[in-house]
Amino acid sequence: MTVSQAQLHDALLDGARPAPAGLTDGHGRPAGGRFAVYRNNVAVALTDALEANFPAVASLLGPANFRNVMGIFLRRHPPARPMIAEYGAGLPAFLDGFEPLGHLGYLGDVARLEQALRAAYHAADAAPVDPAVFEALAPDALMQSRLTLAPAVRLVRSNWPVHAIRAYALEPGAPKPPAQPQDVLIQRPEYDPQMTTLPPGAAGFVTTVAAGHTLGAAHDAALAEAADFDLAQTLALLLSGGAITEITPGETP
Amino acid sequence: MLDATPRYPGQLPAAPGVGYKPQHFRDIADHPAPVAWLEIHAENYMGAGGRPIAQLRHLSARFPVSVHGVGLSIGGEGPLDADHLSRLKQLCDWLQPASFSEHLAWSSHGDHFLNDLLPLPYTDATLARVAAHIDQVQQMLGRQMLLENPSSYLAFAESTWSETDFLAELAHRTGCGLLLDVNNVFVSATNLDYEPRAYIDAFPLDRVGEIHLGGHDEDSDDHGAPLLIDSHGREIADPVWTLLDYTLARTGPRPVLVEWDTDVPDWPVLAGEAGRAEAALARVPA
Repeated sequence: MTVSQAQLHDALLDGARPAPAGLTDGHGRPAGGRFAVYRNNVAVALTDALEANFPAVASLLGPANFRNVMGIFLRRHPPARPMIAEYGAGLPAFLDGFEPLGHLGYLGDVARLEQALRAAYHAADAAPVDPAVFEALAPDALMQSRLTLAPAVRLVRSNWPVHAIRAYALEPGAPKPPAQPQDVLIQRPEYDPQMTTLPPGAAGFVTTVAAGHTLGAAHDAALAEAADFDLAQTLALLLSGGAITEITPGETP
Repeated sequence: MLDATPRYPGQLPAAPGVGYKPQHFRDIADHPAPVAWLEIHAENYMGAGGRPIAQLRHLSARFPVSVHGVGLSIGGEGPLDADHLSRLKQLCDWLQPASFSEHLAWSSHGDHFLNDLLPLPYTDATLARVAAHIDQVQQMLGRQMLLENPSSYLAFAESTWSETDFLAELAHRTGCGLLLDVNNVFVSATNLDYEPRAYIDAFPLDRVGEIHLGGHDEDSDDHGAPLLIDSHGREIADPVWTLLDYTLARTGPRPVLVEWDTDVPDWPVLAGEAGRAEAALARVPA
């Protein structure tokens, strides 16, 4: 009797299935509960990985609830690659659509923020531009130039106060989250990702810049979102966070 | 097929090492003794950059590093994951580690990675498949690898090889070295009810390029028989230290690694375990 890895895989992920026949305790007796050691190892290792990767989601759900929900997630979406630090990219969408947690509508966005923080932490290193390059550009040339953002830069836009909810979940004494949407910019000046909640318009600006459009186009996009958008303030924020790695001048006549 | 080195496979020093944890970075930089080398899990250093890679670059300038893979699924029924093999090559190419090792186990099926070292039946078919995978790894990396014996909680009725003969034949066919995890030997021997010293006696010790030690938990099976779990979450048990002495007396000095992966203690506790390994090595005639 041979036992295939397909059989083992299915029985490992489905606790309702019996251990495959052909497994023994070393004395020819059926392995029985010994198979549960592997089943438990798989569930615990993946749940621990998700807890490490999504500490705020874990805190908001509480230990027992988190384990139950992750038990469902990990069986539907086991990791596709062995780098466990990247496990859970599908968790935000899973939480968005998970009806029993529908009353915690912000959970998916909290997971998105944690996913973005982790991606920023592991992103490639990059040298930022010298801010003096900006000062040397004439206003017209500046508005026709394009920016390359550092690989660690991430933007999370939310209809929830996602930054404040994450802080409330993880930091003792953090204030109760305000009832307002938050856009969060993540930059990594050296090795530690830093979060900034953006003023109105700035997220539209960053999104447009990241898509490869000119600063002028990004400025227009920002003004469409917020008439009082402050370009100089946002550029200063990006420069201080080491978020800009290259300025490509526009083709001026 | 690669030739085994004359004394023991690999370039790690015959001294204590520990599994590297980022929370120990400062301690290791300031007072590493008696730890002489470090082991990392390959899959934790496959990101593009940031602090993990920077710390590893820094440490590798000062310590010999062993890259220990936990995700290649060398025993998998399907082909090896070519992308993962490429990532391993990229890591080994820039880091130039003193050793690369992986496990006699499988962990992926289709596009699911199960994050555990899962057991294999010891049959001719498994032997041929694992040998082909080891050949592929050694070709790709351009270096000899070490293969680690597993900890077992059950056996396969279909097995026709003993684990020691199976590992010896793999080493013979592929030229790979072996990583002997003495805690795994003790765990498996307890769980499957055989004599751990007999396992060591039957092991191809001339192929051993590294020894592992780690802590285990105690449980019991459906019949009340002891069932040890390879948890890497506590001090190494006394009978495992005794088995290390027994092993070193037969291998001579070898690189000895302390693994502590869950509930990781403060550095002095881990360094203390490495100190016990150092003392065991000191008792062995060179």
